[in-house]
Amino acid sequence: MRSAMRQPFKTAVLVLVWGWLLFLVLTPNLLVVGASVLTRDPGTFISLPLTLDAYRQLLNPLYLDVFLHSLYMAAMTTLVCLLIGYPFAWALSKVPRQRQVLLIFLLIVPFWTNSLVRTYALKLMLATNGLLNNALLSLGLIDQPLQLLYTEGAVIIGLVYLLLPFMILPLYSVFDDLREDLLRASHDLGAGHLATFVHVIVPLTLPGVLAGVMLVLLPAMGLFFVPDILGGSRNLLVGNVIKNQFLDARNWPFGAAASIVLTLTMAFLMFAHRLSKRRIGEEGA
Amino acid sequence: MKQTLLSLSELTKQFDSKTVLDSLSLDILDGEFITLLGPSGCGKTTLLRLMAGFEHPDGGTITLSGQDLTHTPPEHRPLNTVFQNYALFPHMSVFDNVAYGLKMEKCPKEEIRERVQEALAMVQLQDFARRKPHQLSGGQQQRVAIARAVVKRPRMLLLDEPLSALDYKLRRTMQVELKRLQRELGITFVFVTHDQEEALSMSDRVAVLKDGEIQQLGTPREVYERPANLFTARFVGETNLFPGLVEKTNGDDTVTVDVFGLKRTFAKPDFPLRDGQSLHVLLRPEDIRVLSPEASDGVSGKVVERNYKGSTLDSVIHLDDGTEVLASEFFDEDDPAFDYRLGEPVRVSWVDGWEWLLPEEEINPVGEESSVDA
Repeated sequence: MRSAMRQPFKTAVLVLVWGWLLFLVLTPNLLVVGASVLTRDPGTFISLPLTLDAYRQLLNPLYLDVFLHSLYMAAMTTLVCLLIGYPFAWALSKVPRQRQVLLIFLLIVPFWTNSLVRTYALKLMLATNGLLNNALLSLGLIDQPLQLLYTEGAVIIGLVYLLLPFMILPLYSVFDDLREDLLRASHDLGAGHLATFVHVIVPLTLPGVLAGVMLVLLPAMGLFFVPDILGGSRNLLVGNVIKNQFLDARNWPFGAAASIVLTLTMAFLMFAHRLSKRRIGEEGA
Repeated sequence: MKQTLLSLSELTKQFDSKTVLDSLSLDILDGEFITLLGPSGCGKTTLLRLMAGFEHPDGGTITLSGQDLTHTPPEHRPLNTVFQNYALFPHMSVFDNVAYGLKMEKCPKEEIRERVQEALAMVQLQDFARRKPHQLSGGQQQRVAIARAVVKRPRMLLLDEPLSALDYKLRRTMQVELKRLQRELGITFVFVTHDQEEALSMSDRVAVLKDGEIQQLGTPREVYERPANLFTARFVGETNLFPGLVEKTNGDDTVTVDVFGLKRTFAKPDFPLRDGQSLHVLLRPEDIRVLSPEASDGVSGKVVERNYKGSTLDSVIHLDDGTEVLASEFFDEDDPAFDYRLGEPVRVSWVDGWEWLLPEEEINPVGEESSVDA
């Protein structure tokens, strides 16, 4: 039986949620889609007629290069995050429960500081006369300061630094759910450590891997301030292109088209993630 | 006489300096169905894990037909386990779950297919090969777990409370099924349970465990009818324990015991007796005879509870001195209306020769052990 009191509350919640989705999610995205198929206009930014020029422009080798280089740096970032995050999350799930809570807390602490500030801090460490070079010089490991800043490596280091927790947290969640008796069963049936890893651990942690990849790869293509601060002019991300088109070049249709391609990439990854979850029976039944 | 298959010798295991197994020895015979029975925390699961190789003992040895297995990892032991919560791989189909062990052995594909089909047929799940575990009922998952373990043709099957997650009716069906499988396969089954009824109905032998030590090892009948100590008596089945006092030991291997003022003559037990010694007289509810208050025999009391059980009428009778007696009587065809009123005065007796005598020992309540079923 529904009480009279609960009905208005339920309605209010639904209106709020749907209102939020409609005005703050659907409408802006539709505006972006709209902008991407309009024509560039120096005065009003966008105007009719409808055209796919912006998408055609994306295929321009110049931008294709930027996109591919950006994808490459984001992919490297994701790979490094995965290589660090996977064993980290595994180990995290093995320590006693009390210490797990503390370690996860420590993982989240950096979020309390603005990421822009943290990126500047990283710049100070990587600079020619920064902390890292000075330390290496005084240890006598190098004779000349290394050129760390304004390289592709610096951008990847910056992205890994900012995004690593987003890889670790979903991985931790799948490792935490990994039942010990499944590993026992695998050994019991004659599988060694490697076979158990390949046939049981990897498939069962795959949803976490994909969730982590999703949470790292796409932001890694968009965090434009990281190359701005650490990367110099040649190491651009798609995020930089979008930002430049909107703020500097005033080419809104092209910026909108680039962000839509990014969104579609995201949608594709989410679809793959769902598929992998369904495979191990977490949904349905 | 059957041969020893797996020999456990003086196994000791501690967790966080708490002794779980204390120098435990047990020989498991080839082809038998042996049950490790005990309350939670008695060490039965730990013992099973030592056999499977998931844990390693702090002391003692495990040998399988003469071959030392004490520190062999589980993947190299010719034993397989059926886990309590089945532990089916959720990302694999039923077929792949059952095939897993054979793939690890690098069996040829064709042979894998045949043997998996055969194993699934054995548990009547041929038509479910393509399903995922989460699409099966609990009983079906259980059967997949069994098929997965027996498809490797192990020397021995270890079953860790495999039926505890099933409802009563399904559990009874699976008990019969497991018994049938064991007969057909001729594999040694080591079955862990805390359910004494399950242990009695399925096993060739039962090992009753408490605090990491074997209290008694014997056939279900021996364990039930001739328990080795008070713990076994009280853990296995319902029990009436009456205080007895030895009046005199007779020359003809009998002993006269005073129970509630009744002088009864019992066969001499196999522990030493002296006159005036107190002991426990153990009688199962079905050994009790409830007589009318006019009867000349028995102790008087009154009925305080009656439970109609279909085939039996179970009653609780308080004797005049306050002792509680459980009685379980079969319905008699001549007296279909047989029943008690609450508060009805009766006399309680039993058939001499059905009693079992145990020496006096301190009585600890059953089932209150700290629970460390690690």
